[in-house]
Amino acid sequence: MQTVKMVVTGPFNAGKTAFIRSVSEIDVVATERKISSEAEKVKETTTVAMDFGRITVDDDLVLYLFGTPGQKRFDFMWEILSEGMLGFIVMVDSTRPETFREARGILQTFRAYAPTPYVVAANKQDMPDAWDLEDMRVALRLDPKVKFMPCVAQKRDSVKTVLLELLYSILAEMEEGQS
Amino acid sequence: MALKGNLRDFTITQLLNLINMAQKSGLLVIEGPGETAKITFRQGKLAYAQLGQDDGSLASILHTTRKISQSQYQLLRQRTSQMSDKELGLLLINAGYLSQDDILSSLQVHFTEIVRRLFTWVEGFFKFEQDIYPPDGKITVRVDLENLIIEGSRQLREWEQLQEEIPSLDMAMKFTERPGTNLRSVNLSVEEWRVVSYVSPKNSIRMIARAAKMNDLEIRRVIYSLLQAGLVELVRAEGTPVAQPGRQFPTQNKDEQKSLVNKLIGRIRSL
Repeated sequence: MQTVKMVVTGPFNAGKTAFIRSVSEIDVVATERKISSEAEKVKETTTVAMDFGRITVDDDLVLYLFGTPGQKRFDFMWEILSEGMLGFIVMVDSTRPETFREARGILQTFRAYAPTPYVVAANKQDMPDAWDLEDMRVALRLDPKVKFMPCVAQKRDSVKTVLLELLYSILAEMEEGQS
Repeated sequence: MALKGNLRDFTITQLLNLINMAQKSGLLVIEGPGETAKITFRQGKLAYAQLGQDDGSLASILHTTRKISQSQYQLLRQRTSQMSDKELGLLLINAGYLSQDDILSSLQVHFTEIVRRLFTWVEGFFKFEQDIYPPDGKITVRVDLENLIIEGSRQLREWEQLQEEIPSLDMAMKFTERPGTNLRSVNLSVEEWRVVSYVSPKNSIRMIARAAKMNDLEIRRVIYSLLQAGLVELVRAEGTPVAQPGRQFPTQNKDEQKSLVNKLIGRIRSL
């Protein structure tokens, strides 16, 4: 059995667990715990180790999706999770501009770990107070070449689009490398 | 009983707050990143501070705070090496070189500067032992901690923000490719120019900090302003070993790898 992996990262409450849940064929092996910190109580639980989803491609190939823990104190896990990844997705909560700076930091950290392709997904674009994509691109200081797309992590089609864009980037980089 | 702990669990600001509120007297030893600080308090006020290998002598503090010149410092070291700080202070006052205020304000500046530096320490161990004071010959001061705590909290917030912005000092910088940006027309401070002169994907931020003699906080501040102005962007430092990406594909054959990615694309489309 051949296995490959992709990593889904981003700040706390960006929607990483929901993203993996939308496409995983197994119940996501989530390691969620009740949040004890009042400051971070924008939701009831958070991922403390990692999320783990699976997509079987055929009898011989499986894609694993790993979600990084959301809270900063677990960032020691990032480097371990990033090892051997085909690429990564940075999830950003479009409704919480106070997390944009952290998202930039996470993106830079992952780029430093491994020079693999990545895409940035603006999650919660269906919410009324979601930031406009172009404004977010400026706030996140993303280069125009970086793939940045809207996302609603609960919707499978939206998640599929993000995953496909990452795979297209991986393919494009392989073709560039060969030419 | 000594109060012991880890700075991860109990920050410098919380420690100073405790010492201030409980009006504690004694010695706080902090083993930080690469050096050790020893701070003495009397009734909740800063009395004395010493950092790392610094000998903490009055002569060296007066020299650091520019109250005496290099040659005067050398002379004092040769001729007064057997004297205590109190004896030396008295000698300098009686000889009319310095006033008592000069000496006390120098010590205050030096000690508070050491405490300020501690606010950037987020890793390390601390131990507070009651009723331990510096040797008799040392001159102590009485500095209220409130302002230092407020300033420290502010600095800590800034430090946390800067760490989020620039998470690793092993990254390098390069000038952004924005046509029309003329660096000469931008008003930069002396520190910013010093850093700008080293900007190259070959130099990690850590190397630049060392060359420009800046601590972590100072270099992060400068780089943050350069990033905000859109003059530079962070890149992986050239020549640094690339983090071993591990085995990405189960096969090394490029065609098989492409076929594998195409299979993944097909599968995701079919979901």
